[in-house]
Amino acid sequence: MANISESETIGAATTERYKYGFVTDIESDTAPKGLDESTVRFISAKKDEPDWLLQWRLKAFRQWLDKADEEPTWAKVNYPKIDYQDSYYYSAPKQQETLNSLDEVDPKLLETYNKLGIPLQEQMMLAGVAVDAVFDSVSVATTFKEELSKHGVIFCPISEAVQKHPELVKKYLGSVVPVADNFFATLNSAVFTDGSFVYVPEGVRCPMELSTYFRINAAQTGQFERTLIIADKGSYVSYLEGCTAPMRDEHQLHAAVVELIALDDAEIKYSTVQNWYPGDENGKGGIYNFVTKRGACRGRNSKISWTQVETGSAITWKYPSCILQGDNSVGEFYSIAITNNFQQADTGTKMIHMGKDTKSRIISKGISAGHAESTYRGLVKVMPGATGARNFTQCDSLLIGEKCGAHTVPYIEVRNKTAQVEHEATTSKISDDQLLYCRQRGLSAEDATTLIVNGFCRQVLQELPMEFAVEAQKLVGISLEGSVG
Amino acid sequence: MTVMLEIKDLHAAVNGKEVLKGINLTINAGEVHAVMGPNGSGKSTLSYVLAGRDGYDVTQGSVMYKGADLIALAPEIRAREGIFLAFQYPVEIPGVAGTTFLKTAYNAIRKHRGEKELDAMQFLKLIREKQKQLDMTDEMVRRAVNVGFSGGEKKRYEMLQMAMLEPALAILDETDSGLDIDALKTVADGINALRDPGRAMLMITHYQRLLDYVVPDFVHVLAGGKIVRSGDKSLALDLEKEGYAVLGTAAA
Repeated sequence: MANISESETIGAATTERYKYGFVTDIESDTAPKGLDESTVRFISAKKDEPDWLLQWRLKAFRQWLDKADEEPTWAKVNYPKIDYQDSYYYSAPKQQETLNSLDEVDPKLLETYNKLGIPLQEQMMLAGVAVDAVFDSVSVATTFKEELSKHGVIFCPISEAVQKHPELVKKYLGSVVPVADNFFATLNSAVFTDGSFVYVPEGVRCPMELSTYFRINAAQTGQFERTLIIADKGSYVSYLEGCTAPMRDEHQLHAAVVELIALDDAEIKYSTVQNWYPGDENGKGGIYNFVTKRGACRGRNSKISWTQVETGSAITWKYPSCILQGDNSVGEFYSIAITNNFQQADTGTKMIHMGKDTKSRIISKGISAGHAESTYRGLVKVMPGATGARNFTQCDSLLIGEKCGAHTVPYIEVRNKTAQVEHEATTSKISDDQLLYCRQRGLSAEDATTLIVNGFCRQVLQELPMEFAVEAQKLVGISLEGSVG
Repeated sequence: MTVMLEIKDLHAAVNGKEVLKGINLTINAGEVHAVMGPNGSGKSTLSYVLAGRDGYDVTQGSVMYKGADLIALAPEIRAREGIFLAFQYPVEIPGVAGTTFLKTAYNAIRKHRGEKELDAMQFLKLIREKQKQLDMTDEMVRRAVNVGFSGGEKKRYEMLQMAMLEPALAILDETDSGLDIDALKTVADGINALRDPGRAMLMITHYQRLLDYVVPDFVHVLAGGKIVRSGDKSLALDLEKEGYAVLGTAAA
């Protein structure tokens, strides 16, 4: 882990408020408010989609209507009923045509990225990270395409993939998260606007980390990202997803779907740092994050690893999962969920063991401060055919203050006698002794808390790619501001 | 001589119960004072009051440090101003590398003094020098703070921190407890190496054996929340021979 820079980043982090709270003034090309079949057709037409995809969307929309009563209520989160007709489902920054270089990008967009501290040029030069920048719903800049295409890696907006690689999209879209999967996934299937598409061909190790910055911008626009990543036989890819959003009073709905497919001997590493606007100290505002993320280890010896640092959103409902179909496949879930003030997080994973000798590992670190409620909800399911399946689960909760809550809800279903399933859980508080010890060495109470929490999260932080680990450590400090003293 | 610490008629309560009942003690720069006393006499309370621990409330009297009121300062400000407490029971901080912890502390103090913070390379060079004196390996200082440390390792890590942070006033709370003779010698060497005309030390101990290796300028006996006797090194030897019982009922 980044011992060297840890103290600096923590120092900087604790003095910051949510600094990404600003709104860029760009005229939106927006669909009328509300959701009916014409909205779905509008979106599909905007994207110039083939008929099969329009039909796919319409099927999803009709199923969603049938599911009107099936909005999930089992999660330990409370929020007022969402009026799905009181929202916009499509908004795109205005642009004339496809852009070839950054010079053609709206300067206001670039300014926004600069405020976020992620100028594309700098990233291209310094980090060697290919960035598919999603601004609102339409991708406006894609970089490093040449380098990637040399290796045959496809990394582009999914709307572009629909046009250029329809056979891949058609084959895999909805194959991991079926249209009818759940209320939010079905909604997403009907109205998804854009997202990322990745295909790594057989035997290719993707030469760089793939990164997408998501950003919600236009007011009251639900954000429906759709991401599809396919790692063909023997390939490897690491994908980074990081999010920031401007400050808003109204609650904003975000219902993304991410599907990962790993074939024989392939590995996908998917890392997320999520710091969407969590609402203010009084619980006003903030993003609703209802996401369906699932990976299928289809092939033998395949591996999917989810690492997430969840610090933002007013409400998080998220269970990145692995379906371990291939024999000897591996699923991993490393999670840090930090909730402060009035944030609510119900997050965890599902590990479905189907193939022989499949292994899964779950490390979850939940931190609650203020009045926040954090729940780990996880399912480990071993199917009859999963001989020799193994799971290890560790859920640790850390409480800061007297008014927050932490809950652990493990579900374990084992239908094969040879399976080994382990579950460990702890709940602890930052002790007065630890705080005094740090303060006696010259650290402020806030810096001490950040340091202790970063230590608590270390097992997960070290799973993140280096540059993400640094950002994540900063976020830990920002997220816990005002929780001590 | 410069007065480092001046304690006058100090009364302090822990959770509302008075433990210190009128302590008077003056420590000058360059001096090493030992405070001895039986269990429950208020030794550790004194160290926590000086460090500023929550729940240890000064009810009467004053503590001046370098001529200014100490009690008004937050614990971290006291630390940055040069007060170091070597804890009797150093606490574990899982997942936080010892070097990271110490570098954060070191730079917090430098920043407070208006000095430039050290970068990772400079810091590592410095800590390597100091750890050698205390017979500590790179591996030991990189481990999570105090996690899985033996009693001796914990105390050595405290001494390493003291050597790095170079305090003006070091308070050593039962630093000898739980140490075998070899570890005791190493720790004592560490303390002696830091004796300096500009630095004051307050050693709190139950037994006099540490004082064989770190010879104090003054010895005070704390009993019933008060200093009942003061003297030089020979006082510690007398106590060793006769036991705290000679102090009478106040020490019981």
